Amino acid sequence: MSDLSAFRAEVRTWLQENFPPSLQNKPPSNQAGRGAKFEGDMETWRLRLGEKGWSTPTWPVEYGGGGLSDKQAKVLREEMRAAGAFNPIGGFGTAMFGPTLLDVATEEQKKRYLPPIIRGDVHWCQGYSEPGAGSDLASLQSFAEDRGDYFVINGSKIWTSGAKEADWMYGIFRTDKSKKYEGISFICLDMKSEGVEVKPIMLISGQSPFNEVFFTDVVVPKENLIGEKNKGWAIGKHLLLHERQGIAGSGAMGATAYGLVEAARDYIGMNGDRLADGALRERIARQKMMAHAFSQTARRFTSEAAVHGPSPAIGILKVAWAKMNQDREELMIEIMGSRGLAWKGEEFNDEELGHVRSWLRSKANSIEGGSNEVNLNLVAKRVLGLKGY
Amino acid sequence: MSVLTEEQTILKDQVSNWVRDEASVTRFRQMRDSNPDFGFESGTWNSICDLGLAGLLIPEAYGGSGMDFKTLGVVLEQLGRGLTASPLVASGVVGASAVLLGGSEDQKRQWLPRIASGEVVATLAVDEKARHGPEYTALAASREESGFLLKGGKCFVPEGMAANLLIVAARTGGQPGDHGGITLFLVDGEATGVERTRLSLVDHRGHADIEFSDVVVSDGNILGTVDQGFELLDKVLDRGRAALSAEMLGIGAEAFDRTLEYLKTREQFGQMIGSFQALGHRAATHFMDMEFARSSVEGALEGIDLGSEDLAKLCSLAKCQVGDFLYNMSNDMIQMHGGIGMTDEFDAGFFLKRARVAEATYGNRAFHLDRYIATEGI
Repeated sequence: MSDLSAFRAEVRTWLQENFPPSLQNKPPSNQAGRGAKFEGDMETWRLRLGEKGWSTPTWPVEYGGGGLSDKQAKVLREEMRAAGAFNPIGGFGTAMFGPTLLDVATEEQKKRYLPPIIRGDVHWCQGYSEPGAGSDLASLQSFAEDRGDYFVINGSKIWTSGAKEADWMYGIFRTDKSKKYEGISFICLDMKSEGVEVKPIMLISGQSPFNEVFFTDVVVPKENLIGEKNKGWAIGKHLLLHERQGIAGSGAMGATAYGLVEAARDYIGMNGDRLADGALRERIARQKMMAHAFSQTARRFTSEAAVHGPSPAIGILKVAWAKMNQDREELMIEIMGSRGLAWKGEEFNDEELGHVRSWLRSKANSIEGGSNEVNLNLVAKRVLGLKGY
Repeated sequence: MSVLTEEQTILKDQVSNWVRDEASVTRFRQMRDSNPDFGFESGTWNSICDLGLAGLLIPEAYGGSGMDFKTLGVVLEQLGRGLTASPLVASGVVGASAVLLGGSEDQKRQWLPRIASGEVVATLAVDEKARHGPEYTALAASREESGFLLKGGKCFVPEGMAANLLIVAARTGGQPGDHGGITLFLVDGEATGVERTRLSLVDHRGHADIEFSDVVVSDGNILGTVDQGFELLDKVLDRGRAALSAEMLGIGAEAFDRTLEYLKTREQFGQMIGSFQALGHRAATHFMDMEFARSSVEGALEGIDLGSEDLAKLCSLAKCQVGDFLYNMSNDMIQMHGGIGMTDEFDAGFFLKRARVAEATYGNRAFHLDRYIATEGI
């Protein structure tokens, strides 16, 4: 305990000396590592936190991480929150690719890829889904032909978020056409390579967070192969566990400042000390309780995973998170009534316009990162031990 | 399940083995068939007391073992798995908590050692109507020269047949619906004017309606402060709600395990029925609901141990989450077992029936949903 108190004091002092007061409680709308480019105090803060390794507090010191224990990392989070500080560095690199590298990569690869992720210098995107390989991901066809010292990649990836701004891609590619699962390799490639073309996809929300990525004779050095050739499927799946774990750690995700209760007061009004619409009041209650139980479960799973590693049971959190988020978005626009259906125009405020877009965006929550149906199959098979999945 | 301490693990194994050997659902069936007056077998209750469970929450100074609610939850989950019928929640949790939280030193010395030993079965008599609503307490307590005179009726009192210490919520001021003006009294179950009627409910446990006809209570048997009893009552109820939620989690977990086992053994169309997605996905969804319920139940139990300011919210959340899970699971246990699930010979009906009674006890989901969202100011 006294060690932790000493550490807490150390963190507090460090934050006083290094966190620019001008940034207090002003986290950037996007993080470094997710495509954001900073300047001024924000850039200073990114460099300082990245240099200290506290952007990835529990990663080993030898790769530039913080080297903290889970308890110390908790203290760091608490002190950052108390100081109004935040982590300006994130993205696929810190959430999924980095943890996977720590588990499976060679020493050389860890030293090459991890430090820029920790500093937020490099923005990674993930090349998994293909037009013909969605839920049945292992049927992917993008082919990395082995030419001795290098691979030559042809094919395409789809639903690649952030590809337009990304510096690098990690992904799974076919290296043997005669086998399904045993013919897949996990490969990294520079998005500036010749033959890489990115095309944004316009979604029902009118936004383009996703892209198609086309590969035409893209040359990739052999050293970019993670793990062994034709053994990438296991790595790819392992990474998805970190993705779901990431969701588990994001209990507050989607909980915007303008909440359902506030909206209900503004748009529906009160009848005495109760919301005027009893049916919506009940649904708001159910939504709040689901979110509360979700954060309790996410916290419990996170602490259990710290002892036992990521569990396949995490798949249920993904399903629950999708439902929670979608229900919340539906409820929000319903509370707003006719004002919750705005496409554009100055007649509507930012909340109204924003929630329509995020409502439409949320429809993807039960599809992306493993559809609900695939996740339920996984839980039925791997957690419940049912056959035939 | 969150990581258990060594002590909790040992206790869990001990209770789990005892339930398997001595207090299984088969024993519950025997109890149902023999229909004892109290709604539980005295042998079962004696064993629970011998295991030290009746005094689990009671400090060592008063003859208990002074453990926390988290540990209690581990025990109650195991008892829930066996549908074990006993007054442990009513007496060892609710009764003990009432005396612990509201009692004077004399009252604690008088009652706690006997609750811990099982000699006294205590229970809280609060409901007066079909719907739980502690602030609507109307049972009249009128001032006499030395003490109070209780007049009125209580209904759906858990273990009301066995209880020899009744903790009665009564109105000493204000109107039904007011928080102010409620007082808790310790009433001897054998006192003149106390009349019990056994309620034969679907779970075959020992519920009773109790009529109080000019029952005399001395000043020494006022629990807490006159007119200020609502806060104490609510705290006591929350301990009961969290504990009952842990028992409900066990009932649901056992229903889940038995149903999953059936999905893995029952064959139709030449394959295990669990291989059909229509059933497998539902099983996975029940598993999800069970995990969420577990988190909320543990959250409430820990909230009590840590003295959380959000306790009312945490307990209502737990009762709702586990209520949802158990409602769906107990229904689907029958559906997934098909025709056999409808037979009395099979145990599924016991889970369904106990689930609904536990749901109605200390506030159902509708009550707790309303209580939860009221804390948000809407």
